[in-house]
Amino acid sequence: MSRVTKFAARDPGPAARMAGFMAHLRHNGMRLGVGETETALSALARIKASDPEQTRLALRAVCAGSLEDTERFDDLFNAYWLNGGRVAHKVMPSSSPSDSVKSSRPAKGQDCASGTGVPTTPDAGGEDDVLTPEGDGKLVASVVQAKLNKDLRDLVQPEDIAEAEKIAHRLGAALRDRRSRRRKLARKGDQIHFRKLIRQSLSSGGEPLDLPKKRRPERPLKIVTLCDVSGSMTLYAQVFLAFVAGLMRADDTADAYLFHTRLVRISDALRDRDALRSLARMSVLADGFGGGSKIGACLHQFTRTYARRFVDGRTVVLILSDGYDTDTADLMGTALASLKKRGCKIIWLNPLKGWDGYEPVARGMAAALPHLDLFKPANRLADLAALETEFARL
Amino acid sequence: MPVKDTMTYQTLQSAMADQGYIADDDLAMAVHLALSLGRPLLLEGAAGVGKTEVARVLAAVEETQLIRLQCYEGLDAAQAIYEWNYQRQLLSIRAAAEDGETGRAVEERIFSEEFLLERPLLKAIRQARAPVLLIDEIDRADEEFEAYLLEILSEFQITVPELGTIKATTRPIVILTANGTRDLSDALRRRCLYAHVAYPDPAMELAVLRARCPDVEDQLAAQIVGFVQSLRREDLEKKPGIAEMLDFAAALMGLGIADLTHDPVVLQASLATLLKTQTDRSNITTEIAQRLAGRAA
Repeated sequence: MSRVTKFAARDPGPAARMAGFMAHLRHNGMRLGVGETETALSALARIKASDPEQTRLALRAVCAGSLEDTERFDDLFNAYWLNGGRVAHKVMPSSSPSDSVKSSRPAKGQDCASGTGVPTTPDAGGEDDVLTPEGDGKLVASVVQAKLNKDLRDLVQPEDIAEAEKIAHRLGAALRDRRSRRRKLARKGDQIHFRKLIRQSLSSGGEPLDLPKKRRPERPLKIVTLCDVSGSMTLYAQVFLAFVAGLMRADDTADAYLFHTRLVRISDALRDRDALRSLARMSVLADGFGGGSKIGACLHQFTRTYARRFVDGRTVVLILSDGYDTDTADLMGTALASLKKRGCKIIWLNPLKGWDGYEPVARGMAAALPHLDLFKPANRLADLAALETEFARL
Repeated sequence: MPVKDTMTYQTLQSAMADQGYIADDDLAMAVHLALSLGRPLLLEGAAGVGKTEVARVLAAVEETQLIRLQCYEGLDAAQAIYEWNYQRQLLSIRAAAEDGETGRAVEERIFSEEFLLERPLLKAIRQARAPVLLIDEIDRADEEFEAYLLEILSEFQITVPELGTIKATTRPIVILTANGTRDLSDALRRRCLYAHVAYPDPAMELAVLRARCPDVEDQLAAQIVGFVQSLRREDLEKKPGIAEMLDFAAALMGLGIADLTHDPVVLQASLATLLKTQTDRSNITTEIAQRLAGRAA
């Protein structure tokens, strides 16, 4: 294969070829700017650029930014430089480049409110109107109430997500981490802010009259959601999915997974700016939706893979499941125990717990109980909203 | 001999080897470019593959000093960049008040270099000879610190409000290490050259062992490397790194072992240098250890 690519005779020179290579990498999903092109060119000046292997090593050091990039780089390099002039095969779907960039918070909010591309029914618009906080009178309250109490069995609608987003926002705000080594100036602090103290005492001849204080700032916790979409959860999955989608939109650091018999990460799909498209992407990922459930195995897999990267002492792991598991109960217990070891808090929201006379008798659930920080019922958005005070207490 | 402009990555590779560090082509090229382009280098990889060691060896190759900043959760400017010496300032103000010095003069004096405590980042940009600045485990520090670091890495200057801007006298050679405790920002990644440091392949690991422990017998060396390599393929909580492998070799040498398969009890005891968690210790039973050692022999 590896013949050096023959460029056209009227090719304007190495700089243009390098720019072409960067464009090629960018098309394939690497995030590179003009700065990298420049660096790459100056890097070539410092090696023996006629040697393809050296060039490969050098360009990899400049262009790759992560392990995944490193692994893909060789193929992309071959495709462009060692391909005998064939046209490079493009892997990425042809979405507009601006879509792949994570949007900022306000942009997301607007997008969601406008509900881009949602098939509008006559009353959907009406509901949107009354949901705005400035809406008036009793009518608003009752309509909202009806909406909150509906046991959502139909498809997840973008409006639900918008609403879930508000709830998720409040819940996120309630989850604060109060441990930190950093300290900030505060009126009621527990330590003296020396820098300020020295400045102030200058005017009084070194006599510190006021003692400015500093204290540990409160910081938001990262929320990782694991949502069960197995058969027994079908009824409630809609609510939870809406909630998860809302959460991902409200919080940049949140992370989300689906599981039934397998575990799938859906964070990227849910961050899509278009609410409807994100649902579509999610349903592709959620292949096997409504099947059996292997909670233990999925939790175990999560602990061994993603949790090592994304779960730390400043994380809350939110498990949304009924706890009916086809795996052995031990597996769930050990998985949760090792997850707990990472220093996170674990909250389990179980839709069945809302039933009268429910006892966590499913063996899996019983094994999980000792590792949970909070075990609460939830099967409607209203229930989730009500958890705010519980979260604040954690 | 310090690296000259004419140096290629191969000469750098052998210079590093002289200092006892065996780098693969990827790493050598990345270090070479970091040196010649004056860009920071981000090294990622599992714990114990020798990321930190790169900085130490580079300092030796360049014959310059190594300044190390160990990152941790909550690291802030006072520990990383500079801090005022408050006790001295306070004493000085009191003394000045008794001498009748004016307020403005006191202020100028106590916010001068004399009262400034250098922390690693400030120290690194004020050296006469460019040092190697190692920012270790950057992923442990929080995002706020990362943002601050970006500013320093692009401008190589630090602003102290009371003193003004301190420009770098020399540009330090910056090495950042990370092992994936959290995702680093794209901005930081883009500012740096990147190399992923993996666990070494058997040939390379053998070369490392040879370079560091020249006294190990050929047969034992091959056994050690084979054993550690196959141990890494087992399902472990914490895989043994190169440092652990060298400890293991040193332990076997100290115990006077010539063959791994010889004494199961001793092998099991010396696993203490390789396996660092209770679960891993109990998972690798005597039988498994013997099987791995037998295969390595």
